[in-house]
Amino acid sequence: MQCDEVSLLLAATVDDEPLGMPATRHVSTCLHCQAEVVQYRKLRRALAAMRHDLVADDEFLPDLLEVLRPPADVTRLHGGRRRAYLSGIAAAATAGAAGAIVLASKISKTRLAS
Amino acid sequence: MASHDINELVEEAQGGDHRAFEELVRRTYADTYTLAFRLTGDEEDARDVVQETYLRVHKSLKKFRGDAQFGTWIHRITANCASTLLGRRSRHRHDEIDDEIQLADDHPSRDPEQRADVGELRNQLTDALRGLPPKLRAVVVLRDIYDLPHEAIADELGISETAAKVRLHRARKRLRERLYPLAGDVSHDSESEEVGRAV
Repeated sequence: MQCDEVSLLLAATVDDEPLGMPATRHVSTCLHCQAEVVQYRKLRRALAAMRHDLVADDEFLPDLLEVLRPPADVTRLHGGRRRAYLSGIAAAATAGAAGAIVLASKISKTRLAS
Repeated sequence: MASHDINELVEEAQGGDHRAFEELVRRTYADTYTLAFRLTGDEEDARDVVQETYLRVHKSLKKFRGDAQFGTWIHRITANCASTLLGRRSRHRHDEIDDEIQLADDHPSRDPEQRADVGELRNQLTDALRGLPPKLRAVVVLRDIYDLPHEAIADELGISETAAKVRLHRARKRLRERLYPLAGDVSHDSESEEVGRAV
């Protein structure tokens, strides 16, 4: 076997995958391929060490939470927004009650007149 | 809420507690964003992927049974979302896996370990990853950085396990050639026919 024939197989050695006899025999006598195996191990270690490096993008988090927030979840509204929401509900309820009273009085007047 | 561990938060979120879900997002966001950025190589794309990931997490949280770690489950969803986005984009751009992006090596004769500290090696590795075609990058990021099994990677990327392994080996070879060049390294072209058949 030649180096270029086993080259891609060497990339699998870091996963402890067997090379097969012909490739193993070649690597055991080839310093270039042995060096390549060592370099793959270094590469794997360097990649694994990146696991806990974090890329920061804190600006996006508030927008993301807003997108994920359920639309009718009043308990999650804070400060001014919550006050405005509750005031709106109170105003709507008051207007509805007033309308009902006016309507009821009109109906009773109509009945009395007839 | 801040003192709860991830499993407690998952249980509470599964029970409909949106505050627990928000706390889960806060705790996993940086990790998810980092993976999305590594897979896409672009900030805007990473944001899209992260948003889609958490929407899917929210939708299917009740199906999560805790067989895997919650973090691993999110990684798989992130990989799937990134694959969908990149797949859609590559169809528009006709961006095939065999598109050769030549990795320029500014200093091929120097060993990174001899001349650089860990930070510089990390920067070189980050650059080299970004220079890989997206399909190769996805596999090596998920396997070698996030330690996902081949089967899970193949599932999330919608490819066979064999194809996932071939892509992984190609990606490692390109990274190795860039970061740890050896005399007599062969060019990418000579292997593409063989790899194309295998995939």
